[in-house]
Amino acid sequence: MSRPLLLTCLALAGLVAASLCVGAASVSPLQLFSDPEGVKLLLLSRLPRTAAAMLSGASMAVAGVIMQLLVRNRFVEPGTTGTVEAAMMGLLAVTMLAPGTPILGKMGISAAAALIGMAGFLALIRRLPPEEPLMVPLVGIIYSGIIGAGTTFAAYQADLLQYLGTWMNGEFSGVLAGRYELLWLAGLVAGLAYLYADRFTIAGLGETASIGLGLNYAQTLWIGMVTVSVVTAMVVVTVGAVPFVGLVVPNIVARIMGDNLRASLPVMAGMGAGLVLASDVLGRIIRFPYEIPAGTIFGAVGAAVFLWLLLGPKPRVR
Amino acid sequence: MIAVRNLSHRIGGAPILTDLTLDLPKGGITAIIGPNGAGKSTLMGLMARLLPIQEGQVEVDGHCVARTKTEALAKRLAIVTQRVGVASRLRVGDLVGFGRWPHHHGRPRPEDHAAVERALEAFDLLELRGRFLDELSGGQNQRAFIAMGLAQETDWLLLDEPLNNLDMYHARALMARIHGLSRAGVRSVVMVVHDINYAAAWADHVVALKDGKLDFQGAPREVLTSARLSELFGMKIGVEEIAGRPTVLHHA
Repeated sequence: MSRPLLLTCLALAGLVAASLCVGAASVSPLQLFSDPEGVKLLLLSRLPRTAAAMLSGASMAVAGVIMQLLVRNRFVEPGTTGTVEAAMMGLLAVTMLAPGTPILGKMGISAAAALIGMAGFLALIRRLPPEEPLMVPLVGIIYSGIIGAGTTFAAYQADLLQYLGTWMNGEFSGVLAGRYELLWLAGLVAGLAYLYADRFTIAGLGETASIGLGLNYAQTLWIGMVTVSVVTAMVVVTVGAVPFVGLVVPNIVARIMGDNLRASLPVMAGMGAGLVLASDVLGRIIRFPYEIPAGTIFGAVGAAVFLWLLLGPKPRVR
Repeated sequence: MIAVRNLSHRIGGAPILTDLTLDLPKGGITAIIGPNGAGKSTLMGLMARLLPIQEGQVEVDGHCVARTKTEALAKRLAIVTQRVGVASRLRVGDLVGFGRWPHHHGRPRPEDHAAVERALEAFDLLELRGRFLDELSGGQNQRAFIAMGLAQETDWLLLDEPLNNLDMYHARALMARIHGLSRAGVRSVVMVVHDINYAAAWADHVVALKDGKLDFQGAPREVLTSARLSELFGMKIGVEEIAGRPTVLHHA
């Protein structure tokens, strides 16, 4: 096991322990495992909540790095390129037009909308000059702004604005056993992406290098896009998107370990899980016994890290 | 042999190649020369299925490029193009390792590791193998990508302007290395070169393109003449024989 992976696992173990012990209900760590009420709390609320934070963090980090390799730009993630907004638009449409649709159906429609949104973004940036890498995130922000505005308008008309808030801002206080299990599917999809790790890495070398190595580039692109869309939609539907996870985590890991996904993907998943879980635990502590959504905390910290990545020192030659 | 038959290509309505027919002989080094915009890179791209063929046909050792699976072609032909845009953050050793991907699809065998070692050594990259690509100079980057193409160990190696970014030492080392491979009958190399003197010194066969058409082709000693080169580039070019080779003097 590589050193970064080992460190990530250790940190994650500590965070899981903290997450199980911290909460509004005053239960001691011992009671959680011995007292029947404590065990109930653990199984119905604390464990699901911990799992939800980790699954959404890990899968959003994976979605982020796949998008970055496919787009060949470090400064994109589903939340800054319209994929999250498109997923919300799909979800809003099905909520307005067919509110009785079962959750899996809603998820499917949301994922399809996310896929269309991502395809639109990829088509858009093909026209950008390759020597201007910062154009890509800028176009992404404008593109997501337009889709987001349309969605907000529709939600306003239908008096569903409060839904958008919950989809956009990842929050785990409502997670209970039975209400978050879709996220396991998101985690599974992100895990399956590991089977394609080499192909995504090669795709990150560009289309010509990929074809030269005999990679089925179009197929790899599609598999990547479907992975990103499904993960995004599932996270949006269940707990709400956590902004910047897909951006910050891959950037930090790539600085240390590089872009070879076969080595770095597990670390990225672990770090995504850890950082989102840490935000959630922090959100429970700061205003105890009240809570701040994990998405808000990660958004604030993530925005600062994003700026540092854009403007800060370039990685040094060692 | 790479057989090019009646190949035409247009980009946005502008003809890049027009009804081009030629044979690139197997074995040795073939240099493609010609002025900017002659269609050299397009021809390379079409031969290596990087661009879809619009009109005409290309066969690599009897395999039609348009109809052969891309995975299968990757074991016959490797191409190294000029790169634009951001460098990937891969370690040099990993990048060269991906040259073996067409052969093992994710499960490297001992012979794959051996091929990577050979390629790293051939391009003087053993010391740089742990460095990230985005921490290398342009020339080092170039060498890493050529080493990846070499590690692919295909019959054909296509290099689009491989000498760009390389200093005199590494340019000569590269040419000597691929010359050695082609002499040993291991590879057939096709390369786009701008410096005619490199073509004169190392190539076995020269193909000159102009305005998307074949201008002339043949052995360097026979075709690299003052008259032909002056006509090709549209300027006065002197050619002297120095140390037994045609040498282009274009500063006069």
